Amino acid sequence: MARTITFKEAIHEALDQEMARDETVIMMGEDIVGGLHADGEDDAWGGVLGITKGLYAKYGDRLLDTPISESAFIGAAVGAATCGLRPVAELMFIDFMGVCFDQIFNQAAKFRYMFGGKAETPVVIRTMVGAGFRAAAQHSQGLYPVFTHIPGLKVVLPSTPYDAKGLLIQSIRDNDPVIFCEHKLLYSIEGDVPEESYAIPFGEANFVREGDDVTVVALGGMVHVAGEAAEKLAGDGIQCEIIDPRTTSPLDEDSIIESVEKTGRLVVVDESSPRCGMAADIASLVATQAFDSLKGPIQNVTPPHTPVPFCDELEDLYIPDAAQVETAVRRVAAGG
Amino acid sequence: MDLNRQKLLEAYEMMKTIREFEDRVHVEFATGEISGFVHLYAGEEASAAGVCLQLDDRDKIASTHRGHGHCIAKGVEVKGMMAEIYGKQIGTCRGKGGSMHIADLDKGMMGANGIVGGGPPLICGAGLAAKTLGTGGVAVAFVGDGGSNQGTTLESLNLATIWNLPCIFVVENNGYAETTPSKWSVSLSGNAVDRAAGFGMPGVVLDGHDFFAVYETAGEAVDRARNGGGPTLIECKLNRYYGHFEGDTQTYRGPDEVKKVREAKDCLALFSEKVTRDGTISGADLQEIDDRVMQLIEDSVVEAKAAPKPPAADLLTDVYVSY
Repeated sequence: MARTITFKEAIHEALDQEMARDETVIMMGEDIVGGLHADGEDDAWGGVLGITKGLYAKYGDRLLDTPISESAFIGAAVGAATCGLRPVAELMFIDFMGVCFDQIFNQAAKFRYMFGGKAETPVVIRTMVGAGFRAAAQHSQGLYPVFTHIPGLKVVLPSTPYDAKGLLIQSIRDNDPVIFCEHKLLYSIEGDVPEESYAIPFGEANFVREGDDVTVVALGGMVHVAGEAAEKLAGDGIQCEIIDPRTTSPLDEDSIIESVEKTGRLVVVDESSPRCGMAADIASLVATQAFDSLKGPIQNVTPPHTPVPFCDELEDLYIPDAAQVETAVRRVAAGG
Repeated sequence: MDLNRQKLLEAYEMMKTIREFEDRVHVEFATGEISGFVHLYAGEEASAAGVCLQLDDRDKIASTHRGHGHCIAKGVEVKGMMAEIYGKQIGTCRGKGGSMHIADLDKGMMGANGIVGGGPPLICGAGLAAKTLGTGGVAVAFVGDGGSNQGTTLESLNLATIWNLPCIFVVENNGYAETTPSKWSVSLSGNAVDRAAGFGMPGVVLDGHDFFAVYETAGEAVDRARNGGGPTLIECKLNRYYGHFEGDTQTYRGPDEVKKVREAKDCLALFSEKVTRDGTISGADLQEIDDRVMQLIEDSVVEAKAAPKPPAADLLTDVYVSY
């Protein structure tokens, strides 16, 4: 039975249902209970944005508040995953990966291959990504391409409450290490989500909108920006096909290529940095696999190659908007 | 202690400026005109002032999320800081850094930091540079009790010792890393100072509300560092008056916890009482400073609000020196 809930509630529900279903699922992170061991309310925060609030009352010690020691607790989650638990660790902001990256890319990502297929590391690292919070350069990055670059990691980037729930459940059940990226600006968006538990397989893109003229691949928060542009363009007779890959690793290459074979035109919209980013990666995929189908050059819509600025006006300029997508689509639609 | 009348007045003005700055940002943030994350230092002023008044222009500091007090104590211009918090072009970082990233390298202020534990390794580098270049400078890393648990901090304590660096690590233990109490999260019963012995350096714990205690201990540490005696760990036990960030309802704190601290342990009240009791400073002297500080903060806010935002072209500038 579906009802309308927020992205944030969908994530909470996925965690709740998986903890109820499987006693090996534990959670750890900074202030995910929040207030434990202090003199006031125990479950004061439930994470910095309140996503895990209420879970401590249900699951008690299966939720672990941690010191601010990202290397130690992310590494502990990885280690526990190899020893029979299914930890969900919260790395508050993806920017903090710099503190604990070794445990993720040299340890978790490598075990299975390096140990001859004998290891399983079913760890999930939930982390906030993206700009728009006026949080400046060290709390606003979209670093998921860095993780996508590492063989052995799976990288998830949901754009709707429905996907957030189903993909998080899949992430927890998955036997590989998963980086689950939650865009800050999406927490309040609403959508229909079934009450019952369900998993969405990795590597299956969502066709958000069908159209014959231009393929628009958009990721995370940019799915909604692309949708806004597509709505306007439809009024002028340009039909966009919007594809949300939902996971960047594995990437649903077939869906993207099939769509470009139909439309002959590609625009990629992504909020991560342009160099070695998802837009560059997807453009490369199409240029190498579907070149003959292209009727003109590919257009990428990304932020500039700069850190994220603090001041509102500059940050708004930094984040790709619907007008930029519209311009890019019109440019490719006019070509060929 | 070399605390003559002039130095005492300077100390009071520094602490008062920090307090008024933070109290005003608290009020202004609530109006919605300030964007992003703001972490206020009110209540902790004696630590920044006590340490930084022992420093000079050769010396460097690195700060934390809660960096406004350290900036002011190290001489960063108040109006520029306020404008930065408002995201304006005349801000210390041209509006591109914001509250969490205020830095003024010309003043030896190497930055507030959005990454917990980001500062201590940088301070090892500042100490190494001072030692290598023979500047005579020392370098001070401020970290919170939360930051004291980062590997970066612990590695830096070790590095500073084995390289015999002119570094001082000041743990400002305000009881909470966000919501998580230091009495639980910091091993050795919440006493970060007890780790000093393990890294082979002197460790001193003190009441961080007491300017005089901080000043005296920091002075000894600075002398030791300047004279080749290596690093020191100082733990200031203190309290923050506001939440982890603005908007934090602080329900994790005990009933009336902040009220009690304000009544019994306010660093400005303790300082004022002491200096006026022994007659060095009069109430009128302090009032004169209060008036001047209030005017400075008022002017800072007015000028910050009126200043223009950075132009769009600034989005693309200063990524590299050359490219």
